Amino acid sequence: MRRLTAGAVLAILLALQAAPADAESVAERLPACLACHGESGTSAQAGVPSLGGMPADYVVTQLYLFREKQRVADPMNAMAEGLSDDDLRALGDAVAKLPPPKPAGEADAARMAAAQGLVAKHQCNSCHGADLAGQDQIPRIGAQREDYLLATLRAYKSNARAGYDPAMNEVAQGLSDAEIVELAYAIARR
Amino acid sequence: MPSRHLCLKGLLLIGVLLPWPASAQQAPSGTPTPGSAEPAAPKPAAAPAPAQDRGSALFGRPEGADAAKLAPIAGPPLPTAAARLPLDKLKVPDGFKVELFASGVANARSMAQGEKGTLFVGTRSLDRVYAIRQIDGKPVVKVIASGLHRPNGVAFHKGALYVAELSKVWRFDDIENNLDTPPKPVLVTDDLPKDEAHGWKFIAVGPDEKLYVPVGAPGNILMPPETHAQIRRMDLDGRNVEVVARGVRNTVGFDWNPDTKQLTFTDNGRDWLSEDIPNDELNVLSQPGKQHFGYPFCHQGDFTDPEYGWGHSCSEFTAPVGLLGPHSAALGMRFYTGSQFPAAYRNAVLIARHGSWNRTRKIGGDVVVAKLGSDGKVASLEPFLTGFLQDNRYVGRPVDVLVARDGALLVSDDYNGAIYRVSYAP
Repeated sequence: MRRLTAGAVLAILLALQAAPADAESVAERLPACLACHGESGTSAQAGVPSLGGMPADYVVTQLYLFREKQRVADPMNAMAEGLSDDDLRALGDAVAKLPPPKPAGEADAARMAAAQGLVAKHQCNSCHGADLAGQDQIPRIGAQREDYLLATLRAYKSNARAGYDPAMNEVAQGLSDAEIVELAYAIARR
Repeated sequence: MPSRHLCLKGLLLIGVLLPWPASAQQAPSGTPTPGSAEPAAPKPAAAPAPAQDRGSALFGRPEGADAAKLAPIAGPPLPTAAARLPLDKLKVPDGFKVELFASGVANARSMAQGEKGTLFVGTRSLDRVYAIRQIDGKPVVKVIASGLHRPNGVAFHKGALYVAELSKVWRFDDIENNLDTPPKPVLVTDDLPKDEAHGWKFIAVGPDEKLYVPVGAPGNILMPPETHAQIRRMDLDGRNVEVVARGVRNTVGFDWNPDTKQLTFTDNGRDWLSEDIPNDELNVLSQPGKQHFGYPFCHQGDFTDPEYGWGHSCSEFTAPVGLLGPHSAALGMRFYTGSQFPAAYRNAVLIARHGSWNRTRKIGGDVVVAKLGSDGKVASLEPFLTGFLQDNRYVGRPVDVLVARDGALLVSDDYNGAIYRVSYAP
């Protein structure tokens, strides 16, 4: 479970009380999202993913899963409660327009080169794109937060997170934890 | 706002971006950027392409241009509005017509029909089971169970609805009389593997009054454990489990031949070998408990796997009775046992092909009709319902077929969350 700063929790509560769920436009809702996920597409919060340049279809699916409580992740289930189908689509479009996240800092050249071998072996580019920017239902992973990539790959491997489509669960079975560590390091710096 | 201050401060700390190797931002060497005309440059000798591990789901995936962009296609979770369904693109043979049966059935997958005509529909990417009734001539869609894990499989038998999640089978007793307040289900079995890969199930009750439950191979191409790549059958209370067929990679549709009473099933072949082979298969189980249908050693009855086939011959295994197209994703199938369609369709097999993802030029996205010859093999395979594949893109993806009580054919589409009805009305 991710821990939120008191400030982030306050922001959420204020946003939720700001207007009735039905009445809020995307413009009114988005600040509550960006308070945690980052103003410019890059998240500075531990455990909270960057959303910049995330394909709209992927955002819609994840928000849907949070709304329906099929995917459980505090506080996203509360954040998604009451969103209409049109809200999901509008938020998906808005998030997709956020600038792509900035890669993490200094990258060790040897680790990056070795991880390149893993990316080639597991063909991450086939689904996630040559630039790891994702497409359609497949998320952008390039420059995602390292801690989030690490937690997510581990969750796919253990089936703690069952994908909407089980493709990543299948892929993660073929990854050792050491490989997961290296992939998270390198992809966060792409 | 305090949180904003905290978040901005966090950004500033990371904000001084240190230089990193330029190559980290480009496509990896050897992989062409999309749209480039040049073939991939060969990898430099200093960084040879690593060998794939055996058992990796991605063993054998090539790095060439178009094949580098193939990915499974997941449909959206929100159903398509009725007015936006691609009905005008769907085609059926002369004398037939296709219309909408029900929309708003998000992720509609396998189907079963109750004695009173209720249509039950499972889901694979969502968590629910639907019941659809006709009330005042209109379909009314109701969620009768939710919070389930990939409840793809549904079967109806003697008043009860059986629902197969990834690793459990439940039974809802007297369901049609209790659709508004469904009963708490009874657990039939939870003694099933939990692998996500090929873990979602199609189930059915056979003429022997046993429940048939497959367990798919836990990956694309690998040596499956004894517990996988098979079809099991069990008593309706989950006891006396037997493995009736082995070497079955992933079946998501089966039915019993009305004449021979033999189990007939589709099987999805391996990926990442070639765009053109292996075909998906139509198989017949003539000796329950004794037959092996080839996976992972032999595919489509006539060639051995380049990794697992060494030392084996396809003659060791049971060959399919028909081939259903490479990577076409043949899923739900039923023998036509109604009296509405012309006589030529009697005992023909209608098969939903979800459509390929492991091919540059897609195939499938249709329902085909297979007619079996007197030798039990497929004598002809013809299109029946087409139009879901337009300009190499899906506008819908059929999953299952069901012969309704009036003899019409119902077809589920998980891409749009809809069910269509094909009827014969010359």
